[in-house]
Amino acid sequence: MLVCYADVHGDLLPINNDDNYHKAISTASPLLRLFLQRKEEADYTTFGTDSLTRKKNTVLSAVLLRPDTNRKKPPVIISLPKDFRPVSSIIDVDILPETHRRVRLYKHGQEKPLGFYIRDGSSVRVTPQGLEKVPGIFISRMVPGGLAESTGLLAVNDEVLEVNGIEVAGKSLDQVTDMMIANSHNLIITVKPANQRNNVVRSRGGAASGSSGRSSDSGASYYGYTSHSASGAAAPVPSHIIQNFPAGDLESDEDDEDLVIEAGGEAEPIRRAPSNYSMPSVPLYQPHLDLRTTSTLSVNANGTLPASGSSGSLNNALAASTTPSPDRAMQRRNLEEDGTVITL
Amino acid sequence: MKRLRRHGQESQRERIKQELFQFNKAMEHGFPHQPSALGYSASLQLLAIGTRSGAIKLYGAPGVEFMGLHEENAAVTQVHFLPHQAGLVTLLDDNSLHMWTLRAHKGQSELLEIGRFTLTGPPGASPSVTSVTAVLPHSSGELLLLGTEGGHVFIVEVPGFRELEERNISLDQVANSVPEDYIGRRNLEHVEALQENPVNPDQIVIGYGRGLMVIWDLEKLCATQHIPATQQLESVWWTDDGKYILSSHSDGSYCRWMVGGEDGNEEEEEEEKSDIPYGHFPCKAISKIVQLPTKEGPPFLLFSGGMPRASYGDRHCITVIHSKTHVALDFTSRIIDFFVIKDGPRSAGEPSALVVLVEEELVIIDLQTEGWPVIQTPYLVPLHSSAITCSHHVSAIPLKLWERVIAAGDLQNTHYSKKPWPITGGQNLASDPPQRDLLLTGHEDGTVRFWDASGVCLYPMYKLSTSAVFHTDTDPNDNMNQSTEGEWPPFRKVGCFDPYSDDPRLGIQKIHLCKYSGYLTVAGTAGQILVLELNDEAAEHTIEAKVVDLLQGQEGFRWKGHTRLDVREDPVLFPPGFQPLALVQCQPPAVVTALTLHSEWKLVAFGTSHGFAVYDYQQKNNILIKCTLNPSDQLAMEGPLSRVKSIKKSLRQSFRRIRRSRVSLRKHHVNNAAKLQDANARLEAELAEMELAPVQRKIEARSSDDSFTGLVRTLYFADTFLSDSSHNTPSLWAGTNGGCVFAYMLRLPSVEHRADEPITAQPAKEIQLMHRAPIVGIVVLDGHGAPLPEPLEVAHDLARSPDMHGSHHLLVISEEQFKVFTLPKVSAKMKLKLTAVDGSRVRRAGVAWFGSNRTEDYGESGLMVLTNQGDVHVVSLPGVKLQVHYNCIRREDVSGIASCVFTKHGQGFYLISPSEFERFSLSTRNLVEPHCLVEAPQYSAPSTQHRPHANKASSAQRNARHESEDAEVLQEIQKSLEADQMLFSENNVKSALA
Repeated sequence: MLVCYADVHGDLLPINNDDNYHKAISTASPLLRLFLQRKEEADYTTFGTDSLTRKKNTVLSAVLLRPDTNRKKPPVIISLPKDFRPVSSIIDVDILPETHRRVRLYKHGQEKPLGFYIRDGSSVRVTPQGLEKVPGIFISRMVPGGLAESTGLLAVNDEVLEVNGIEVAGKSLDQVTDMMIANSHNLIITVKPANQRNNVVRSRGGAASGSSGRSSDSGASYYGYTSHSASGAAAPVPSHIIQNFPAGDLESDEDDEDLVIEAGGEAEPIRRAPSNYSMPSVPLYQPHLDLRTTSTLSVNANGTLPASGSSGSLNNALAASTTPSPDRAMQRRNLEEDGTVITL
Repeated sequence: MKRLRRHGQESQRERIKQELFQFNKAMEHGFPHQPSALGYSASLQLLAIGTRSGAIKLYGAPGVEFMGLHEENAAVTQVHFLPHQAGLVTLLDDNSLHMWTLRAHKGQSELLEIGRFTLTGPPGASPSVTSVTAVLPHSSGELLLLGTEGGHVFIVEVPGFRELEERNISLDQVANSVPEDYIGRRNLEHVEALQENPVNPDQIVIGYGRGLMVIWDLEKLCATQHIPATQQLESVWWTDDGKYILSSHSDGSYCRWMVGGEDGNEEEEEEEKSDIPYGHFPCKAISKIVQLPTKEGPPFLLFSGGMPRASYGDRHCITVIHSKTHVALDFTSRIIDFFVIKDGPRSAGEPSALVVLVEEELVIIDLQTEGWPVIQTPYLVPLHSSAITCSHHVSAIPLKLWERVIAAGDLQNTHYSKKPWPITGGQNLASDPPQRDLLLTGHEDGTVRFWDASGVCLYPMYKLSTSAVFHTDTDPNDNMNQSTEGEWPPFRKVGCFDPYSDDPRLGIQKIHLCKYSGYLTVAGTAGQILVLELNDEAAEHTIEAKVVDLLQGQEGFRWKGHTRLDVREDPVLFPPGFQPLALVQCQPPAVVTALTLHSEWKLVAFGTSHGFAVYDYQQKNNILIKCTLNPSDQLAMEGPLSRVKSIKKSLRQSFRRIRRSRVSLRKHHVNNAAKLQDANARLEAELAEMELAPVQRKIEARSSDDSFTGLVRTLYFADTFLSDSSHNTPSLWAGTNGGCVFAYMLRLPSVEHRADEPITAQPAKEIQLMHRAPIVGIVVLDGHGAPLPEPLEVAHDLARSPDMHGSHHLLVISEEQFKVFTLPKVSAKMKLKLTAVDGSRVRRAGVAWFGSNRTEDYGESGLMVLTNQGDVHVVSLPGVKLQVHYNCIRREDVSGIASCVFTKHGQGFYLISPSEFERFSLSTRNLVEPHCLVEAPQYSAPSTQHRPHANKASSAQRNARHESEDAEVLQEIQKSLEADQMLFSENNVKSALA
């Protein structure tokens, strides 16, 4: 698999190490256009000056794999695995007001601290009695290099509205702190960003699809993958990634996997007792693509990722689905012109 | 259909819940915090105490208690019972007067506030004109005389608080008739005292601050005599025969004045006797003086204060002089007030007991027994005579142990008077408590106090002192009852409040009592663990200490905290009661954080921030030592810094200084207002500052590197299936602050070889909870889902033996979750998340049995849980589902939450102040609260004939009151409806505008 990107000059350049990855991120303005190709199919001749000018409107999509949860945290495999892993995502875009943002932080047992502080404050609410000052919880500080900062989705003075689906109104600072720490393995916070300029602009189409029989746990999601994914999220028309969340997935049971060490034995994570055991489902990360397009995409649209999970076949599937296609490009352009984005 | 059925089940469950659970704050035990006023009714035989927080508490015979709370958050400054009625008047420091009455309702009395009143002066008058300084309920029971700061006396009719303006005694009326030669006639100052002539109710004496006393005739409305004292007046007392008036003054003197004759009779108004009892050098004021006659012989003279300013100005003393006996009772805290109880049906007999309310306790002195011993109080006991450091509750004590503890306690109380409790008002209607419950409190000075917590009165049973085992640096000259021969004034220390522990290492941190075997284990601040055994005889023991090194060779450790306690090597004679059997000292000597005892296996397990160990107190050796310390945990490694210790020490010293220099707080109304303003301003400034620098909280997942992850929070012995599902074995479970559970399998030899064969412990399991929250409790549930019984419980036929056929379950309670695991293979079965859902954390958890109030034989085990938000929850077992929750303690009351203990029958205790326990109940069946009746005394004076005597009349009155209440409620509803309408229309207008 080969990952390439289009730089400001329209050149197609490869991403295969940290340096050119950072370069790619830093030059992205505002959209980072990615190309994924099978290695064997890669046309190395395309690299270079003006190589992309002829297909300027190609739709680029990021494709990502989530770890197969059958195994404990296998590395995410795309090309150069260590450089990519989900750290955050914007979820429930279709059901939240545009002024709010629901952010999921992936701790994944990584070393990086969550890295933010909260404080008491007050915000103004519109009530039947008029404007009213009410106490609220705000993000007060970001730890440089922490997970929260690196996502770019949270900022100082953002008002925290919910923690893992529970409203914080009426709760004390200490209570909210404890809730966040208790949920730190899978923290989902809904904020009202202090800076409302970078809000996701949601189209009507999105709202319509959001109501199509999905629970609040599901819906459109924006994923940030890397430390600079904010640029993607803040883009005027971000690429949608549709995630197939089962309802129970939000309440990740990672913390159920307590470690039991039997005397003289090996450590093993505790499995839930069979009575109410439910395997955390395999989440699907589908490229943002219109489903009415080519048949190559139907594999993903049906949500059938190869169950074997072997990286080879995954790569194949992904590569197949993400190969830029002129057809799709056309369709996409049309959609853009309509100003509507259709999501599932 | 399915849904319907489920609905039916749910409603049935709701009904069962209502039959099982009910939240009640039943009552308060202990001594009221910051008492500020004392009152006594000789006719009702009731004592009343008002507090700085506006509470009013009434006490009579043991079990007779009432409590009321003023809506105003103001201190009660005076309490006066109305003569011959079941009512009283309180004066608050906001100058409001309140009328309370004891009203019978459903065969019980209840304390109700029935009226309030504030004096209003003429328009434009300064507030001092009506600021009340003295209150006299007239013996007719119909008048209240109010002396004010402006020097006026207002007369008010009670209970209605109707001002009788024409009878008021204004300052001008009095001042006009003051003799010309009286020095202070231009400014008589405030009314300091009002007293009625005991033999002539028409005569009262008005004492002014400047010193002048005026005898006023209420009928003739004129002054009949002027007593020209020239020292600042502190108090006035009219002797029982009406012939003399005693006045006490700010210079430490008192005078006796003859009453009688008309003005102008020079000889008779001369002071007959004047004395400064502790004279020569300047003395402090005598704040109150009382003289009581005896049938034969000289009268009793009692006064508070008057000590020589320079040498004993810091003492809190009441002097009692009777014939040749002269004693200065020396209290350990400030005197609030005192009174004397007299014998006889109409309290006309001999003085029998002196009742003194000091800031931290109530002391009653028997005046009829030689040596004036103290009478043991059955209630109002100062729980905090040394600060409470922990509590432990044991339900349903077997009678045998109960009697032995009482016997041991009786031997300690020989210095108390044998006389019965002299305050006997009211009837205790509460039925006898269903079982004997014991509350044990551990204290900072190394004592453990045993309280009878079965009923309404928390009665002290026995006191165990552990300090005898150790060498301490307490000053041997600090003996409480030491008095030097020929000392002047003749001091005698009284009272038991002594909060100054000189060695905080002695402090008790954990207690565990086995009620069947009488074995007790206590553990303290310096890592000491004592196992004690109840012995009915005094015995001499040499205590050998076993040192347990909990570090187990952990590298890089430096303990910077306190040192171990020095154990006395010579034999020590221990009085009957609990006597030490074994002593273990942890190294490093960190505070013991978990403790448990298994009396059947004769094992004690204990833990600190460094690890845990099991000690066999029969063979006296260690069975298991486990270090739980995380090498990167610097805080736990080093122990408390010496800096902290020194701060505490200096704090203690400064408290002593304050205590010495404390000047008696007297009425400074003007100053108070200024102070209040000042405090408010400071508070505002502080708040503003807080706005600038807001409190921040870091959001970070817990990691194994956090501080004190190795601190052992809970230890639990269980006979269960640890390794395989067919053989149950003894086991020990330990839970740490870092969410780790260690399980050890114990191999015990058979009973006949118990004394000589070694006991072994093998590690069996280790569970690391992924959420890493501190573990606060571990319980094993048997095959029926019931918690395993306590050791020896089954052997004594007091519990059903646990089900050993079905599979056992392990319940791990962390601060954040309740998780049930299967045994022996530890796999998660059920869980209940608490913190993730509502942000509260578990502070205390305990298994309790809840009986149904409908059917005698139905009941359930449940888990009582207290959170850091002060809420109590009941969680079902074994299903771990939330059943009910109630708000119990204010979330800001951290010490209250920390002090909470649960009983095994659904009740709980927590400290509402350093000296008071609140008792609450979650059970419908087990509820202890006072049930008592006080009847108004029969009084046949002509003035009270029109008052209703018959119950019928009073019930008619009650009905009337009900009706009026109903009307009020209706009005209220009407009003709120109207208000809603208003709002609605307003909104309409608004929307129309919009």
